[in-house]
Amino acid sequence: MSNALKTRYDVAVIGAGPAGLAAAAVTARAGLETIVLDENPSPGGQVYRAVTTSPLHATKVLGDDYRRGLDLVRELERSGAQLVSATTVWSVSRELEVGISRHGRAQLLSARRIVLATGALERPFPIPGWTLPGVMTVGAAQTLLKSSGLVPQGSVVLAGLGPLLWLYAAQLLNAGASINAILETTPRRNLLSAVPYAPAFLLSPYFSKGLALLARVRRRVRILPGATRIAAVGDSQIQAVRFVARGREIRLPVDNLLLHQGVAPNVNLAMSIGVEHRWDALQLCWRPIADEFGRTSIPGIAVAGDGAGICGAWAAEQRGRLAGLRIVNDLAGGRVAEAPSEQSLRQSLRRWQIGRGFLDRLYQPAAQFRVPEDDAVIVCRCEEVTAGQVRHAVRIGCEGPNQLKSFLRCGMGPCQGRLCGLTVTELMAAERRVAPQAVGYYRLRPPVKPITLAELASLPRSDAAESAVVRE
Amino acid sequence: MFARLAAVDETSVSLRIDGEPIEARPGDTVAAALLAAGFQHCRTSAVSGALRAPYCMMGVCFDCLVNIDGVGNRQSCLVPVREGMKVELQRGKRAPVA
Amino acid sequence: MTHTADAIVIGAGIHGCSTALHLALRGVKALVIEKDYAGRHASGVNAGGVRQLARHLAEVPLSVASMEFWERIRDIVDDDCGFEAHGQVLIAESETELDGCRARVDDLRLRGFTHEELLDRTQLRDLVPAAAEHCVGGIVSRRDGAANPFRTTQAFRRKAIALGARFLEGVSVSNLRRHGRAWRLETTHGSFEAANVVNAAGAWADRITAQVGEPVPLQVIAPMLMITAPMPSFVAPVVILRGRKLSFKQFANGTVLIGGGHLGHPFRNENRTELDWHKLSESAGTVAELFPIMAGSTIVRAWAGIEARMPDDIPVIGPSHTSEGIFHQFGFSAHGFQLGPSVGALMAELITTGATNVPIEPFRIQRFSEHRFQHNQSGRQEPMN
Repeated sequence: MSNALKTRYDVAVIGAGPAGLAAAAVTARAGLETIVLDENPSPGGQVYRAVTTSPLHATKVLGDDYRRGLDLVRELERSGAQLVSATTVWSVSRELEVGISRHGRAQLLSARRIVLATGALERPFPIPGWTLPGVMTVGAAQTLLKSSGLVPQGSVVLAGLGPLLWLYAAQLLNAGASINAILETTPRRNLLSAVPYAPAFLLSPYFSKGLALLARVRRRVRILPGATRIAAVGDSQIQAVRFVARGREIRLPVDNLLLHQGVAPNVNLAMSIGVEHRWDALQLCWRPIADEFGRTSIPGIAVAGDGAGICGAWAAEQRGRLAGLRIVNDLAGGRVAEAPSEQSLRQSLRRWQIGRGFLDRLYQPAAQFRVPEDDAVIVCRCEEVTAGQVRHAVRIGCEGPNQLKSFLRCGMGPCQGRLCGLTVTELMAAERRVAPQAVGYYRLRPPVKPITLAELASLPRSDAAESAVVRE
Repeated sequence: MFARLAAVDETSVSLRIDGEPIEARPGDTVAAALLAAGFQHCRTSAVSGALRAPYCMMGVCFDCLVNIDGVGNRQSCLVPVREGMKVELQRGKRAPVA
Repeated sequence: MTHTADAIVIGAGIHGCSTALHLALRGVKALVIEKDYAGRHASGVNAGGVRQLARHLAEVPLSVASMEFWERIRDIVDDDCGFEAHGQVLIAESETELDGCRARVDDLRLRGFTHEELLDRTQLRDLVPAAAEHCVGGIVSRRDGAANPFRTTQAFRRKAIALGARFLEGVSVSNLRRHGRAWRLETTHGSFEAANVVNAAGAWADRITAQVGEPVPLQVIAPMLMITAPMPSFVAPVVILRGRKLSFKQFANGTVLIGGGHLGHPFRNENRTELDWHKLSESAGTVAELFPIMAGSTIVRAWAGIEARMPDDIPVIGPSHTSEGIFHQFGFSAHGFQLGPSVGALMAELITTGATNVPIEPFRIQRFSEHRFQHNQSGRQEPMN
């Protein structure tokens, strides 16, 4: 992989997770000048985090699925695409100009096509005390395990729902660590709405893997189902977790509280470009409006993978390939050697999407954990704005998240709504008694990742025109 | 607190966190090294002074901000450790060291 | 069904809202028609500078008058608007620039204005200790400061409503023509009539002037701004430069706002802008040179507003030249925020009494057709004299 960056590429792929790696391999093999930009030190995204460097790759701790990431990285390396790691993308414009930063210097590059493969992030889990040291996400703990072989010590409690919670619990047990309790928050009625989709789920690859995993964990860990009113308690760090289960109020001393209630598309970059999104009432998140090739409302910009809608790692690859194939068709014409046909990709995709219907319904997070009932709960972590303050702003006339920014600074911190956007949309919708679609989302502005003044000042000069012109 | 699994390589990268000498594994992020070394928090909030620690470990929460080699507001979960690195916990409105 | 109002104001930026408020104070209940929401554009996203400093001479009387309002803003709109007055300082980076400053201050004094004071090297550093070594002095305007632009616009709107004005937001004016003795406006929400109409439509004001046979050389611009993460407090006044594009302000929460008028690209039909990173990079370099402490600061957001610029960089204020009952209040060329309170008062005075206390002759709309304008190479119009 060459270190020197050009200023023009045929294809720029943002994100080196399964979707990004697969898309770039397709376009590079077709002879298109392709660059993959990723902010992490090594490729793999989140699901295959540190797959090329993990201290645990030789062990059985992480499971076999994780190894798929290595195959994808090798495929990319063979394809001729240029992979640039430890590189932050802080801006993408509608004119397909990408602002990046690496080694403390900024530069702009342009591409004929851009694939956004920035994946998913864990849903916010706004409970009292969730900002205390000692509280982190399950995904965060899993990253520490994968990248550094670290396991949480002392009394460890997991809370929430979703496949990742069970996967990590199993990995932790495999590593020889112990878990004090799992507070399961799956609402009972989810089972009812998921049951009609169960037959399809039984046919899916998720089923057998999932069941074995669940059984292993349930055998060895105390599970408290139907947990509600969860709160982290402590002053400078977490000391205990309080909750209600089986009608009783329980308090457990805790050193590490790990939260997870599913993942949602990371829409930050797509929103900042102006890609149109819609609210998905089943997955309870914003998704970019895109066709089967990931093409969005902005010409030249496609989305692939979990960033287009939660679909899982295997489906992310297929969507990446579909996006790549469409680009190859547009820019290079003809077929790509070694690539599956669009037809076979669609079939693969359908197979892996069977079972999503069941999981999406079973693991839909409970309303109390999406819209905090307690007014004192922090909604915007960056600016420490509470649910009560947001409710009050709505009552005095604030209609959407953008007006909220001006009233309360909510959403004006560096995370730009990555951790509060979903909560704010649903909280305002509930308070105004309208649909989340009507409330909308923050209007985002670049840089989507902070850059220093020195980095920006180091942008290579160009002969840009002096003043703006009117464009109608 | 987080502890290293026995199966993992020896640590060999030396850095300092708030002046304290720390050993980390090549490939650790600064956030991982911080947690492995027993630090409970990495910054105090500029808004209220509350203590904060890494939350998401993937660069979206911005709670893991520390000062690395003189530059503040660095997301420590995205920066790999380097020999001789100087890390300082970020206190309130952190000024870059001139 | 056509609705009639005492007066109609097109545009709910700071100027439209201020005019509506001052009309209401005089018993005229205006209807404000706004295509988005109050403060959506330039008025809500500018740097919030409350500045008398370095104004075009023609604007000085309006600016000085406005300062009186700003110092009583809480009484006027029941909100302090986040207004803080720690002064504004213009920095000279060379002896030549300082000579220019001296000449300016002398000229103002001759005309009876004392708000600008010359600063030497030492006095500059008393006010701005963090200024770089090469800065030789400048000018200070001590009563100046900054406020929260969105909050201010909304406060004017709220107070205007409390006094009887009505606001229709999300409604666009498509047509304006005479109907008997009144003006009839067709909008996306029906027809409205009034004897007096105020064109405070900002970057879209030329569409209104065209309706009454008064085309103007309005240029749509997108001035850009950046804001940083919180830093320990190191500068109290707002700082601007004489020779380069920069405006610089640190808020109480420690964040630093960097502006100065570098232009991005506006798309006014789509309510959006695109940033020019090369120009922002230049801005970043300027800041780092001026305040070395800023080099490692982090930029968390950049944006641009959609604003109207007139070729001579001063606004259009006054009655229509072609149509009785039409009044213009636009084209503030990226420095209209501080003028909002006084120009709204002036406009209300003009409409209700036919005259104004403060001279507005330099702002007349017909000036563009009076002088024979030349087009220079970039297509911008400039006066010949």
